Amino acid sequence: MTAMDNARELMRPDRVWPFLVPPAPPVDVSHQVLLYVEGLSVSFDGFKALNDLNLYINDGELRCLIGANGAGKTTLMDVITGKTRCDEGSVYFGQTHNLLEKSEPEIAQLGIGRKFQKPTVFEAHTVFDNLEMSLKTAKGIWQTLMARLAPRELDLIDQVLDTIGLKEQRFMLAGALSHGQKQWLEIGMLLVAEPRLLLIDEPVAGMTAEETERTAELLTSLAGDHTVVVVEHDMEFVRSIARTVTVLHQGTVLAEGSMEQVQNNRDVIEVYLGEEA
Amino acid sequence: MNWLTQLFAAGRTPGNRVLPFVTVLFLVTTLASMANLMLPESSPLHVSTYTITLLGKYLSYAMLALAVDVIWGYCGILSLGHGAFFALGGYAMGMYLMRQIGDRGVYGNPELPDFMVFLNWDSLPWYWLGMDQFWFAMLMVLAVPGLLAFVFGWLAFRSRVTGVYLSIMTQALTYALMLAFFRNEMGFGGNNGLTDFKDILGFDLQSDSTRVALFAITALMLGLVYVLSHLILKSRMGKVIVAIRDGEARARFLGYRTDRYKVWLFVFSALIAAMAGALYVPQVGIINPGEFSPLNSIEVVVWVAVGGRGTLYGAVIGALLVNYAKTRFTAIMPEGWLFALGALFVLVTLYLPKGLVGLGGQLAARRERKAGKATHQEAHS
Repeated sequence: MTAMDNARELMRPDRVWPFLVPPAPPVDVSHQVLLYVEGLSVSFDGFKALNDLNLYINDGELRCLIGANGAGKTTLMDVITGKTRCDEGSVYFGQTHNLLEKSEPEIAQLGIGRKFQKPTVFEAHTVFDNLEMSLKTAKGIWQTLMARLAPRELDLIDQVLDTIGLKEQRFMLAGALSHGQKQWLEIGMLLVAEPRLLLIDEPVAGMTAEETERTAELLTSLAGDHTVVVVEHDMEFVRSIARTVTVLHQGTVLAEGSMEQVQNNRDVIEVYLGEEA
Repeated sequence: MNWLTQLFAAGRTPGNRVLPFVTVLFLVTTLASMANLMLPESSPLHVSTYTITLLGKYLSYAMLALAVDVIWGYCGILSLGHGAFFALGGYAMGMYLMRQIGDRGVYGNPELPDFMVFLNWDSLPWYWLGMDQFWFAMLMVLAVPGLLAFVFGWLAFRSRVTGVYLSIMTQALTYALMLAFFRNEMGFGGNNGLTDFKDILGFDLQSDSTRVALFAITALMLGLVYVLSHLILKSRMGKVIVAIRDGEARARFLGYRTDRYKVWLFVFSALIAAMAGALYVPQVGIINPGEFSPLNSIEVVVWVAVGGRGTLYGAVIGALLVNYAKTRFTAIMPEGWLFALGALFVLVTLYLPKGLVGLGGQLAARRERKAGKATHQEAHS
């Protein structure tokens, strides 16, 4: 019986065998939506980290996700980038790429970049090498073995070094950078990858007021060409960059809208902002 | 010509040890060979054939250490079973040498090696076919360990087995192979292994010139493998490999399929080990299942740790020094060697995390710290 079932599964008319699928069709955003998250549920040992979450991110938008600890912000990013498997729901990148079927490297190659909460740069490599590895190029073994930096790539790295203010430190080991500089380097690694979608987890943690301001400027300038999703605790920072804010609470979307609307939303005041005021 | 200039440029970047390494290796090999072949035995500078063979053996060990360093030092995969690939390469070479004996064996059978006649076998098993051809045997030297490494690596790395679990699996791999090769029915000579070799490609294995040639070839291969490993590890692929060592998850989020990188590096490393094994066997004159013993593989890790991992020349230096010490030590107190080896490993792990080649840097740092403290105190007094 199982053999029969397997055969039936194999011959399902609504599926195309993986090896027949043409490689990486372009991201289809004809409906202006870049990321569709629908009915997403994730649970860890019975604890529901995400509970029937729906979220749509428009192409070129700058979106802030806020919410108390345990609201599911990081879990959501983990699911989008392929780190965590979900129990239910669907995540589409554009209209054609089902992210739930892809591995982390495949998702990264589609153009989804992620900055982690804790800065994770490769400490044994120089700043320059960190950026070189993050370039948007072929990531196969043979290609990396034979890789030479193209002039365009060198220019891009130079430009990014300028943007993140690490021009002087380009040949310094990343491990010798300060915490704030590591944060910047990680943002730089995102920039050279020229991603479609940037997922940024707490970018200003550990930054000085001045650096925070620069980050805010950078993120707002990125929106438009790129789509940016920022998770942040720092309400002041969110206020300074946000156009649209999504409030998460216990794994679902509690409210969505401009900062003004969200701040005046009764539910939000009750569960989150209320604690602050 | 472009690649040629690049090759030379690769040897000249600061902090690079390729050119000095290859030069020293070449000089030592040439001088030792000439001192053996050209000087009369009465000359004080004469190098005996025994020493030449010993040097050749050390160099093949150095190659094995290099193989372990490539995956352990650069990719953080601690393989405690690299002796398996070394021994498999050695067995493939041994099979060729066995077939070369022909009818000069004790039983005088032109087709079957002695141990098969002894077991009353009447024909060669299928896996011995073709091993009388040198090219085919050399192909098998690389193909069998390479394939094993590929299958093992593919299964292990795709399931994301890492760290100590992987090390234990490699131990199990080499142990299982050892048990298998101990069995007479396997057709590899049981616990006696393969020995009594007569000649290789028609050259007498006992003659001085063959010994010197084998030593020189070993040195040449070590040099080639060293340069090749250096080029791979200096390329962007090498950077990705170090990145996988330091943050595999992060490398995955950059879009690199880390499992594939690890598999191919593992195969590359296994091929180096197999080559080392194939060069070792004709010089030592025997290969037996003892080479598969987990202890051997652990010893290789100690060589690399003593020399300093993550620097290719460190592995070579470690292998040469520890093996020289072993030769000396076992002559004086054979039963004490394992204790000495264990003590050495503990000492190196505690006090020399970067091995002997890191010692210079460590001392410099300490001197600097002391100097810094002194000026600090002066400023306060």
